[in-house]
Amino acid sequence: MSDTHIATDHHDHHDEPARGFMRWLTTTNHKDIGTLYLLFALVMFFVGGAMALVIRLELFQPGLQFVNPQFFNSMTTVHALVMIFGGVMPAWVGFANWMIPMMIGAPDMALPRLNNWSFWILPFAFTLLITTFFLPGGAPAGGWTLYPPLVLQTGDALPFAIFAVHFLGASSIAGAINVVATVFNMRAPGMTLMKLPLFVWTWIITAFLLIATMPVLAGAVTMLLTDKFFGTSFFAAAGGGDPVMFQHIFWFFGHPEVYILILPAFGVVSAIIPTFARKPLFGYSSMVYASASIAFLSFIVWAHHMFTVGMPLAGELFFMYTTIMIAVPTGVKIFNWVATMWQGSMTFETPMLFAIAFLVLFTIGGFSGLMLGVTPVDFQYHDTYFVVAHFHYVLVTGAVFSIMAGAYFWLPKWTGHMYDEKLGKLHFWVSVISVNVLFFPQHFLGLAGMPRRIPDYSVQFADWNMVSSIGGFVFGFSQLLFVVVVIKCIRGGVKATDRVWEGAHGLEWTVASPAPYHTFNTPPAPAAIEGGMR
Amino acid sequence: MAQAHANPNDYYVPHGSIWPTVATVSIFCMMLGFSSFLIGKSFGPYLGAAGFCLFVFMLFGWFGSVIRESEAGLYNDKVDISFRMGMTWFIFSEVMFFAAFFGALFYARIYSVPWIGGEGNGAVTNQFLWPGFSAVWPLQQLPDSFAFTQFKETIGAWGVPAYNTAILLTSGFTVTMAHWALKSNNRKALIGWLAATVALGIFFLYLQAQEYGHAFHELDLTMNSGIYGATFFMLTGFHGFHVTMGTIMLAVILARSIKGHFTPKHHFAFEGVAWYWHFVDVVWLGLFIFVYWI
Repeated sequence: MSDTHIATDHHDHHDEPARGFMRWLTTTNHKDIGTLYLLFALVMFFVGGAMALVIRLELFQPGLQFVNPQFFNSMTTVHALVMIFGGVMPAWVGFANWMIPMMIGAPDMALPRLNNWSFWILPFAFTLLITTFFLPGGAPAGGWTLYPPLVLQTGDALPFAIFAVHFLGASSIAGAINVVATVFNMRAPGMTLMKLPLFVWTWIITAFLLIATMPVLAGAVTMLLTDKFFGTSFFAAAGGGDPVMFQHIFWFFGHPEVYILILPAFGVVSAIIPTFARKPLFGYSSMVYASASIAFLSFIVWAHHMFTVGMPLAGELFFMYTTIMIAVPTGVKIFNWVATMWQGSMTFETPMLFAIAFLVLFTIGGFSGLMLGVTPVDFQYHDTYFVVAHFHYVLVTGAVFSIMAGAYFWLPKWTGHMYDEKLGKLHFWVSVISVNVLFFPQHFLGLAGMPRRIPDYSVQFADWNMVSSIGGFVFGFSQLLFVVVVIKCIRGGVKATDRVWEGAHGLEWTVASPAPYHTFNTPPAPAAIEGGMR
Repeated sequence: MAQAHANPNDYYVPHGSIWPTVATVSIFCMMLGFSSFLIGKSFGPYLGAAGFCLFVFMLFGWFGSVIRESEAGLYNDKVDISFRMGMTWFIFSEVMFFAAFFGALFYARIYSVPWIGGEGNGAVTNQFLWPGFSAVWPLQQLPDSFAFTQFKETIGAWGVPAYNTAILLTSGFTVTMAHWALKSNNRKALIGWLAATVALGIFFLYLQAQEYGHAFHELDLTMNSGIYGATFFMLTGFHGFHVTMGTIMLAVILARSIKGHFTPKHHFAFEGVAWYWHFVDVVWLGLFIFVYWI
């Protein structure tokens, strides 16, 4: 508001924030914006989760019981879009906002007004997307991958959904540019690149992936729009185009996108495991190089999502080999985390439990990914529930579990109170058991041939679907425990110390808990910077 | 305000600002309006126009604050570097936006059109789905000429497009001369060279509009002319949109120069616009070679 009043004292911004709604609407403070992102992600997590429960309810038994097939398909489509663009990505940007300036000793993000903009786009973009449920023809139902020609049969929802994607992309690019400028320009003196906490490293790599791929998605959906409304024939063979061309362009975005979702998770786990093993991270520099290698490889593997579309053999082979190569840097990371725990003096607070669950379950998701990466094998698995099981292992027990781990890890720093450890552990154990009941049987269903994105199925799939649905409902409702923990933690609890965790290292633990509204207006002393390798 | 200079390590963190929200609301209205128009709602254009007006208002408000803060000396070198990085990576994201459309062009020319014509594994496709179709670029004879209209001929490289190439390359030269003039504090030359750059930008757009008219009315070349027309208009249209943005940005810089803004050492806005202009220029070279020439 008052940004035009430049004549006011330059040091005004050291004051505490204004009160009320305008504070949140106009804020340029990285902690405020981080909080907004995290709360938004939590809300969208439940919105997308509700859609998932509609899916699992319909699939509880064979036959059509509760929703019509069109609505079911809308559920799978919008569930994915909400969870990816509304749940996981905003959660990571929230973590980045809160933690990166504190981790590198910066007073704020580099471009604070842009930062406000990237957040406030989100509620508006999702308004565009969610209102499509009320338009003639319903919400998009062609799958989140928006493949033509199917998606071009969407009713009035299509332009709204496409512009929502454009809007979300703009938000992501702005957020990513901010992270790049912050990390490369705002580090405290002495915070050299190879001293950066791994969360900062993985986020900077994520930011580059975002800047490089979100515009490609924007281009792809723009061509959908012109094909539908302006007579172009990018994806119509009758005019010389090709529907498969959309898939290539989409997955050139789509595969880096999955690393956008998981790389910050690697950073969070790399912060938590050393803390609770009370040892420095094993192989810091190899972690940095492994993350960068994964990001590089992510640009040359995209067509493994399309093995069955009829590519030339050379393409199938190339994309199979590059895909399998990703296992090497990922393996480096997994072994490094295990080696960090080796002979450590370990304790098992909630963040550590989630981090260890991440390690085990993400590895399972990685292995099923290897299976899918082998071209001839993928011909059998393609578009079955095996794929659904695979990407939910890497995204739910991978990305979402590490979001939970990070939230428990830094909640005391954010709120100044310790969370309820008993409730946290209960949340963890109920989640980790139910999520496996939910997703593990889907491997069996897929191997037995159950196709994905289908509201009804043959009776031989009935038993495991019922088990999976039971797991789904327990998992979904058990997340309310997390909300209880967060609310309790904000309202009160045991006072947290500055360091919070005995084994914690890094600049964010040198400031008070809760972190003051402005931190590191003067950079920390170089001696306070330990660095990731210590 | 002198304090900002007093401590070069003091990074300027702005007060709260309403402008990002205004930007969001205006873009939201434009998107909602345009979408509503596409599905046949009569209020769509009005909502979109209202959003556009709000957007322009926002540009004055947001950039106005930044300009006032900059002229007041609140931005130290570190803030300047943040802006530079922001602009650099924004331009890179735009490069990737164009890459999607160039990718579509290359994919069509190298893969999908020859496959429909029977190359590779496409023999059966050609024989049974599109019999009689042979792949020749530019794709004048379409696989299904009932679904899409055929064009008479394409726009050759060595007419208007060659003039436009010369115009844009010249404008890259003039904007660089303006930069030299700014650095040597020759304000008159700065304004002169900048005005020349803006004029060249407008001239480019004029010629491009003429060419579009020629394509529409005499060559029957439209977005509905199969993959050639689709890629042609998507690439040149998106580029033309960027030239328009660039010309507006140059005009703003020109107005600021006339008002006496910028110093020989401190003129990020000028450089940001110049980078953007060079980017638009380089993209045009890609268009000239791959869309018009070969």
